[in-house]
Amino acid sequence: MNENQKHIEDLQQIRSIMERSTQFISLSGLSGISAGIFGLIGAALAYLKLAGEFSISSLNSRLYSGEVVDVIDINFFNVVRMNLAFGPTMDLVIIATATLSLALIFATIFTARKAKKDGNNLWSPTAKKLLVNTAIPLVVGGLFCIALLKHGLFGLVAPCTLIFYGLALINGSKYTLPEIRYVGVLNIILGLLNTIYIGQGLFFWALGFGVIHIIYGVVMYFKYERK
Amino acid sequence: MKGLITNLNKAFENRIRLGIMSVLMVNSEVDFKTMKEMLDVSDGNLASHTSALEKNEYILITKKFVGKKPNTTYTVTKLGRKAFQDHLSALETLLGKSS
Repeated sequence: MNENQKHIEDLQQIRSIMERSTQFISLSGLSGISAGIFGLIGAALAYLKLAGEFSISSLNSRLYSGEVVDVIDINFFNVVRMNLAFGPTMDLVIIATATLSLALIFATIFTARKAKKDGNNLWSPTAKKLLVNTAIPLVVGGLFCIALLKHGLFGLVAPCTLIFYGLALINGSKYTLPEIRYVGVLNIILGLLNTIYIGQGLFFWALGFGVIHIIYGVVMYFKYERK
Repeated sequence: MKGLITNLNKAFENRIRLGIMSVLMVNSEVDFKTMKEMLDVSDGNLASHTSALEKNEYILITKKFVGKKPNTTYTVTKLGRKAFQDHLSALETLLGKSS
């Protein structure tokens, strides 16, 4: 009996070490929830901003002043493609940057807290692998989106961010809890759908970066943390 | 029954050795510092167990210099991989039979 107990413990230890040495398992569900909430707040702010900026009256005056050169296709505030004389408005860039920074900061805080609780290191070779493999598609996607903005293809920016973000998650999922893969797949599907319903970027963003993150976070929190 | 017991590899009886092999089965190359953190063991302890496994030709120890700092890395050999897998199946059969 005792001998058996030792073997069972041996097998458990082997499995745990194999997992810990290849996967960064301290990713907290709370990180997902906070990222989702910031995503929704960001989307709401951007909505308000765009509703003002791209209203017909505002566009008319901006056309008049020469800021907007020509609007090719527009339905309400969803500008599909237009040429701006001065590039995209800084306000939106600020909203996006602030949203991303807050999401990352809080995700790191919650994950660091969980790592400490589990007795794992926040910074480990697996954490590094996770970060590098997630960063590659993200950086490529970011640069590609800048190119889209530069060419005035605003309608494609939202789908592009969702698709590359989804690819980044799938690429990183090998090094962390496997559920993140589904978040990646869902974001890619939303991104592709967004290319059909172009101009509805904010709606898809709120779904992908907001709602999906929150659902993922809640599921993970109850599955792995609340015990 | 006797056959089952002899399938268990004496070289893997120790928990730290089991740990070293487990890490190397799923990572192609692991350095000393990472291995130490992963298993939470002392320098001397790790060194003695890795050299024991090396003697069995289950792992390969490579010593390199990165600048002036020595850097030791471990990889599992084909023989080691086979031995560990056999050990695992022996454990599983043993537990499967008795439960």
